[in-house]
Amino acid sequence: MKRRNFYIVSDGRLKRKENTLYFESGEDRRPIPVNAIYAIYALGSLTVTSKALSYLAREGICVHFFNRYGLYEGSFYPREGLVSGEVVIRQAEHYLDHDKRLYLAKAFVEGSIMNMARVLRKSGEDDSEVISALQALADAGRIDEVMGAEAVARNAYYSKFDSILQEMKFERRSRQPPENEVNAMISFGNSLLYSAVISEIYHTQLHPAISFLHEPMERRFSLALDIAELFKPVIVDRLIFNLVNRKVVTEGDFDDRFNGVLLNENGRRKFVKAFNERLEKTVKHRKLKRSVSYQRLIRLECYKLVKHVLNAEKYRPFVMWW
Amino acid sequence: MIDEMYIRGVQVNYYFVCKTKLWLFSHNVSMERESDAVRLGKLIHRSVFDRDEKEVRIGPIAIDAVRRGDVIEIREVKKSRAFEKASYYQLLYYLYYLSRFGIKAVGRLSFPKQRRSEEVILNEDAVKEIENVLKEIPGIVEGEMPEPDYKPHCRKCAYFEFCFT
Ligand code: SF4
Repeated sequence: MKRRNFYIVSDGRLKRKENTLYFESGEDRRPIPVNAIYAIYALGSLTVTSKALSYLAREGICVHFFNRYGLYEGSFYPREGLVSGEVVIRQAEHYLDHDKRLYLAKAFVEGSIMNMARVLRKSGEDDSEVISALQALADAGRIDEVMGAEAVARNAYYSKFDSILQEMKFERRSRQPPENEVNAMISFGNSLLYSAVISEIYHTQLHPAISFLHEPMERRFSLALDIAELFKPVIVDRLIFNLVNRKVVTEGDFDDRFNGVLLNENGRRKFVKAFNERLEKTVKHRKLKRSVSYQRLIRLECYKLVKHVLNAEKYRPFVMWW
Repeated sequence: MIDEMYIRGVQVNYYFVCKTKLWLFSHNVSMERESDAVRLGKLIHRSVFDRDEKEVRIGPIAIDAVRRGDVIEIREVKKSRAFEKASYYQLLYYLYYLSRFGIKAVGRLSFPKQRRSEEVILNEDAVKEIENVLKEIPGIVEGEMPEPDYKPHCRKCAYFEFCFT
């Protein structure tokens, strides 16, 4: 059976009875066969019984929790994963050695810049300003300078959003709280993507807390922040352009009661559905000569990192090729 | 069956299949949670051995065995003829291991799909061969990861995406 992501939007309880999980919400009781679950995204308020939790742990299923604003709260990351002391030690070595860390930090930003540029070109926009940040990146000798180059590219990138978006205004990036609909979607989409990356890291020997671009202390899963940078333009931003310009998501899908703008439950349903369709969408991989889903591309990125730290093959970041 | 010595058995197998695979497996870089090939293997294993035979435990190694008179026959079931050589040496290794404990055994390599099986006997030449392999494995494992080399069976290997992305 193919395992899928489960997005639980409404409030309820997750229970285990024999070898099945049940999601209960009011009168509703829905069985979820455990071998059909890849990861669970809890978007409503979800109660998980300890029996259900240990079952999920045994099956190696991550559960990602979001608060009522749709922002990432935390993950249940089962311990019995694929552990290789060797990989973790070598991963740490690439963090501790300044040049090795700088190489990886730059690689993530380079990939991120290339993907931003690619997304702009696909929308018929000029990407020269974004691309020119590559020079500052090449000159960077410290992590904060790498971060700086990324920020310059991202600002140039965001400045084109209003010309791509036909139905809604973006203006500028605002986070806590998001000031308008587009910002609300970016925050939500980035949270979903971050969770998806955590799930992929779980299925490798990489340690989720050892990161290179972001400080390892920033979050428990800071490596997911690094890898997510590459995929934000490709997965989240393009999805938003699509939903807005095709009028799938409209003003009525938001709530502005919380001194800021957020997707409401209906809006979230639409968004997660479209988000998951993106993750499952496939492209033909040029090297592997087989089709792989966007979600799988994230896994492949993890594999490339494992190979890099094992000195088997130098890491080159993912750049959208289609 | 996952015990120290069993793992050595798998290592002997991988030595013949692919050195990259041997290295990755030995460094716990496995893809196990998701490999259908591995699951299929376990399934075949179960359906063939469920009845009369039993698992025998000798020190750290557990094998499927039947007693035939005063000789123990140990079995290795393979889903296809591919990697016959690898399976042969893996079985030979088990026989070798048992012989260190003074246990006389013969092996049987069976291919249920082809309704065929083959006897494997540990003679003097075989002992030399297996000892040579055992001597070489640590060197490969302790070195750097051998670069993946594309082979016809790579596309079916659990490491395919890892090796060639
Ligand atoms: S994919 Fe090929 S090179 Fe890689 S481990 Fe498997 S058999 Fe070896």
